[in-house]
Amino acid sequence: MSAWSITEPSNRTKWVAGTLVILYALITLIPLVWIFLTGFKTPPDSISYPPKVLFEPSLEGYVNLFTTRTRVTPDQLAALPPPANFAEEIVRNRDMVIAGPSKFGERFMNSVIIGFGSTFLSIFLGTLAAYAFSRFKIPLKDDLLFFILSTRMMPPIAVAIPIFLMYRALGLSDTHLGMILLYTAVNISLAVWLLKGFIDEIPREYEEAALIDGYTRFQAFYKVVLPQAATGIASTAIFCLIFAWNEYAFAVLLTSGTAQTAPPFIPTIIGVGGLDWPAVAAGATIFLLPVMIFTILLRKHLLRGITFGAVRK
Amino acid sequence: MAEVTLRALSKSFGATKAVVDMDMTIPDGAFVVLLGPTGAGKTTTLRLIAGLEAPDAGDILIGGRSVRNDTPAQRDVAMVFQQYSLYPHLSVRDNLAFPLRSPILKLGEEEVAARVAKVAEVLQIAHKLDNKATQLSGGEMQRVSIGRALVRSPQIYLMDEPLSSLDAKLRAEMRIELKRIQQDLGATLLYVTHDQTEAMTMATHVGVLDQGRLVQFGTPREIYEDPVSIYVATRLGQPRINTLPVSLFGPAPEGTVTIGLRPEHIAQGSGVETRITRIEHLGDQSRLHLHLDGHDIVTLTDAHTQLKPGDSLAIRPEAPLYFDANGARIRQEIRP
Repeated sequence: MSAWSITEPSNRTKWVAGTLVILYALITLIPLVWIFLTGFKTPPDSISYPPKVLFEPSLEGYVNLFTTRTRVTPDQLAALPPPANFAEEIVRNRDMVIAGPSKFGERFMNSVIIGFGSTFLSIFLGTLAAYAFSRFKIPLKDDLLFFILSTRMMPPIAVAIPIFLMYRALGLSDTHLGMILLYTAVNISLAVWLLKGFIDEIPREYEEAALIDGYTRFQAFYKVVLPQAATGIASTAIFCLIFAWNEYAFAVLLTSGTAQTAPPFIPTIIGVGGLDWPAVAAGATIFLLPVMIFTILLRKHLLRGITFGAVRK
Repeated sequence: MAEVTLRALSKSFGATKAVVDMDMTIPDGAFVVLLGPTGAGKTTTLRLIAGLEAPDAGDILIGGRSVRNDTPAQRDVAMVFQQYSLYPHLSVRDNLAFPLRSPILKLGEEEVAARVAKVAEVLQIAHKLDNKATQLSGGEMQRVSIGRALVRSPQIYLMDEPLSSLDAKLRAEMRIELKRIQQDLGATLLYVTHDQTEAMTMATHVGVLDQGRLVQFGTPREIYEDPVSIYVATRLGQPRINTLPVSLFGPAPEGTVTIGLRPEHIAQGSGVETRITRIEHLGDQSRLHLHLDGHDIVTLTDAHTQLKPGDSLAIRPEAPLYFDANGARIRQEIRP
């Protein structure tokens, strides 16, 4: 099979293309690698110049991320019983003791609740709306769709002050519900438009066949349309989650305590006991993980492609 | 199975009249073929009966009961679509079982398995049951699609050009198979096609549609031998009926403008002289293309004819059909 082919690229082309892709990937990955490595450096290593590529890894950043610490005098330190675990040991090397857990765990959980909650809500509402827009005769359909799209025509932060005032009046400031509703409102137009495109691609014959086969419209939607829209739902969910997960401006403005998400919290670590870059990097690394895992889990659906072949066009 | 009656059924899409004032009775156990060109309203008629479209006027009775306000599920019909709409996320087995697992039927899994196995055997797809629907060839997909209708015992089977995507050999096989299945089951079947061979070979009754109107309904033989208009006459017959001005041949009933001559209704050897322009040898017979006063005529002759293009041939019409200026049939006999 060494014959020259029009559709199959030659080995040399593949090799060159592969090298370029790997190079590009390496370049784009440098900041991520930097953050990942910095998380395992000691504070002096993290700010040394020239930067250290080879260094002795330390968990200090992660310990600092999850704890609050207080400085003690050498005398007090000497009077303490031996350290109970590795975290205590690391902290004592810096003449400090662990005072308690930091707020990072809580803030991270807030991010999970708000991020996944708003993603679920956006997809749930978006799928139903997209199905209705795709299949039913709706008065002023085009205008409604344009109206939904128009909510994204300015940056969401442009309406930050009205929203801030509304949320204060409604008692939604600094609540999980408030943030979920806000991110859903921002994501819903994206979800409706993307999903409508995917559902438009699914031929109506499937539902019509199901209707004749004895199913109700909702059952046809559930059993026939949803499984085929899985690809679209998965990719839309990823987009929604990435926005809600990374959102910073509204989170700074509207949350301060109970519902504060990780993005506004991570920078505040810098202020605790000097420039603690390893702790910031550790927080950023952990913060990246959920979106990464979510994307990897849904990758199968993204790659599977849209249904093809079963309906003759 | 049941008798299905359409009463003054009409349906428009915007300015397009898809079905106009249609009356038709599909007898219990009949194989009715709706014949007509694209846009004649064949598919719309099926969709109206299935309940996928709501009629603008008129009524549909299945087994004597009006189903106008019933959902497709309540009407208990099965439909095979022109596009073989198999669910791509399900296996062939689950595709076939899908109608049987519907909340309306709710059959036990044993019964479902038995019926699926039976239909798979009839349609020769038993070895493909565990394949994904997308892993089948076009012919197999269409057989599964037909199978999905056959697993049920509905009031009526509706089929929308189910064989149009198959190759010629498979189509011929499926024609015989479908007819056999219909007879075995005693099923009532409404079948849409623009293929006259399917109409002639399978139908007990043929309905000819023209721009949403049912112009003639009868047995295939009636439609072929006794058409009500030129339009109906040209629907059936291969080669097509010759339509010629009345002046070319002798006497005709009053009002005749056009005569229709089936290729086999032309006697050779006496009558009007024509010139042979072309001969097609088909093996079992030959087609003669004749020229007469600026009109082309096609007729048949035996396979080993000695005639050559350029020869002249005398022909005489035998039992022609007479049509008036509007194309309607004139049934009057010629007075001697």
